[in-house]
Amino acid sequence: MAEIRNYTLNFGPQHPAAHGVLRLILELDGEVVQRADPHIGLLHRGTEKLAEQRTYNQSIGYMDRLDYVSMMCNEHAYCMTIEKLLGVEVPERAQYIRVMFDEVTRILNHLMWLGTHALDVGAMTMFLYCFREREDLMDAYEAVSGARMHASYYRPGGVYRDLPDSMPQYEESQWHTRAQVEENNKNRQGSLLDFLHDFTERFDTYVDEYEQLLTNNRIWKQRLVDIGVVDAERAKQLGFTGPMLRGSGIAWDLRKSQPYEVYDKLEFDIPIGTNGDCYDRYLVRVEEMRQSNRLIKQCISWLRDNPGPVMSDDPKVAAPHREEMKEDMESLIHHFKLFTEGYPVPEGQAYCAVEHPKGEFGTYIISDGANKPFRLKIRAPGFAHISAMDEMVAGHMIADVVTVIGTMDIVFGEIDR
Amino acid sequence: MRALTQFFKSLFLLELFKGLSLTGRYLFAKKFTVQYPEEKTPQSFRFRGLHALRRYQNGEERCIACKLCEAVCPAMAITIESEERADGTRRTKKYDIDLTKCIFCGFCEESCPVDSIVETRIFEYHGEEREDLYMTKEKLLAVGDKYESQISKDRGEDASYR
Repeated sequence: MAEIRNYTLNFGPQHPAAHGVLRLILELDGEVVQRADPHIGLLHRGTEKLAEQRTYNQSIGYMDRLDYVSMMCNEHAYCMTIEKLLGVEVPERAQYIRVMFDEVTRILNHLMWLGTHALDVGAMTMFLYCFREREDLMDAYEAVSGARMHASYYRPGGVYRDLPDSMPQYEESQWHTRAQVEENNKNRQGSLLDFLHDFTERFDTYVDEYEQLLTNNRIWKQRLVDIGVVDAERAKQLGFTGPMLRGSGIAWDLRKSQPYEVYDKLEFDIPIGTNGDCYDRYLVRVEEMRQSNRLIKQCISWLRDNPGPVMSDDPKVAAPHREEMKEDMESLIHHFKLFTEGYPVPEGQAYCAVEHPKGEFGTYIISDGANKPFRLKIRAPGFAHISAMDEMVAGHMIADVVTVIGTMDIVFGEIDR
Repeated sequence: MRALTQFFKSLFLLELFKGLSLTGRYLFAKKFTVQYPEEKTPQSFRFRGLHALRRYQNGEERCIACKLCEAVCPAMAITIESEERADGTRRTKKYDIDLTKCIFCGFCEESCPVDSIVETRIFEYHGEEREDLYMTKEKLLAVGDKYESQISKDRGEDASYR
C-alpha cells in the first residue's frame, strides 16, 4: 500500500486573507490542519535599529508605522517611555487629548478588525459599514495632525498642537446641490470636539447595527463559536494580552491595572469573555468599542471646559511657540538645538506600556545619556499572539485558519517591526 | 418553552431577516458617496501633502539655507547645498527633496524658522519615473508660487496653534 503523507500547503504571503504578509506553512490531513508554521519577517524594516541612529523625536514618525492601524497608541507608548526617563510632566489637557485619541484609535482599529474579519469569514457588508465610520474618525485624525493615518502628533511632553476650532467642509459640486452639501456639513459647523461629540452620539447605534448583522447570525456563529479556543491558564502562559486575553476570561487591562495618563479619573468597564473562542473575542472587541465611545464622551466634556497648555513648558524638551521663536533670541537657540541635536536623555532604562487595541504595547529604552537611544525594544502584542498560531489552528479545518488569523487581529507592521 | 421559541426562531431564519432588513434599509437610504475626481472630501488646513518652497511678497525666496530641515528629517530625504550670493546673503544652491524617501511627518515645516518649506494640500501628484519624484529647488518653488494663496491662508489659520 502506498504511503499516505500529509499535504503541505503554502498560505500567503500574498493571500488576501493573510492580513498583510503572513506566510503560513500548513500541513494538512485532508481538510484538517495538523500543523501551522507561521513565517514572519517579510515586513521587517529595522525600526529598532533605525531608532538608534535618530534623535528621540525623529523616531516618532516611525512609531506610527509599526502597527499602522492604531497609530497614535504606538506613539503614546514611545513618548511615555521618554517622559519617564526625562521626568517631564505632561499638562493635564494633553493627557486628556492623548486618552481621547487613544480611544479614537481603538475604535479605528476595532472597526478595521471587524470589517476585515467579517470579510474573511464571508460577510461583505460589514466591511463597507465599518469603513464608513472609520472615515469620520480619520477626518478627526486629519483635523488634529494633518495626516489621516501617520499622525506623528504626540510628542514627549505633550502633543504638538491643540485641537482645532473649525472643521473643513464639503463643497458644492455638479453632484451635490447646496442643500445636500449643507446637510453633509451639519456636524462640521463647530470645533473638532463638536464633530467628535456628534460621532459619539451616533456611534452606539452603528454598533447596534453591526451586532444586528453579526451577533446572532447563524453563519457567523457557525464559523466562530468554538474555533481557536484558548483557556484562561493557557492564554496567560502564551503571553496573550488585550482582547485575546480578555476573551479567555481574564480581566486584565493596563488602563485599570496600572492606570496611565488620566484613565483613573474616567469611568469605563472591561468586558471579558467566558469560553475563549473566536466568538467571545468578537463580543469583547465589540463591547470595547462601546466603552471607548464612553471614554471619548467623558474626555470631550472635560476638554470643552478646561482650556490650557498642551505641551510641557520645559524649554529643553518642548520646542518654543513660533511667535516666541521669531522674536526671542533664547527661544531661537532652543529651537535650533531641539531640531538639530534634540535633547539628551539621562542615563538609565525605562519600560512603559499602553493598552494598545491589540494588547500590551510597550517600548523599552536604554539611554546612555546621549540624544538618541542606545537601544530601543518594542514589545508588540501581535508577536505573542501569532506565536500561538499552531496551537490555535491545529485540529481545525482549513477554512478556520482564516478565522483564527482574523481573530488575532494581526498587523504585520508591529510583528516584523 | 425556550427550546421551542429557539426552534421557531431558527426555522424562520429570523436573525437573517433582521440583518436583511438593515441592509435593505441602507439600500434605499441617502447615499454619501463622494464622486472623487469632481468632488473631494474636506481637507484640513493642517494637511501634510506635497512640499513647496515659499517666497516673500517681494519675490525673494524665504529659504536661508540654515539646514534645520535637513538635520531634522528622519528619512534623510532633504539635501541642501548653500552658497553666498553676489549681494552677500546666504542662499541655497541646491534644495532637493526625494519624495520616495519622505515620510510626510511634517518636521521640516515645523523646524523651518522662516516658514519657507511647507507641506501643502496637494496629494494627487504622480511621477512616471523616479526623477519625477525628486523635487528640485525649481520644482518646489514652482509649487509654492502656484499655490501661495492657499498656503498662506492655511498657515494663517494654524498660526494660533503653533
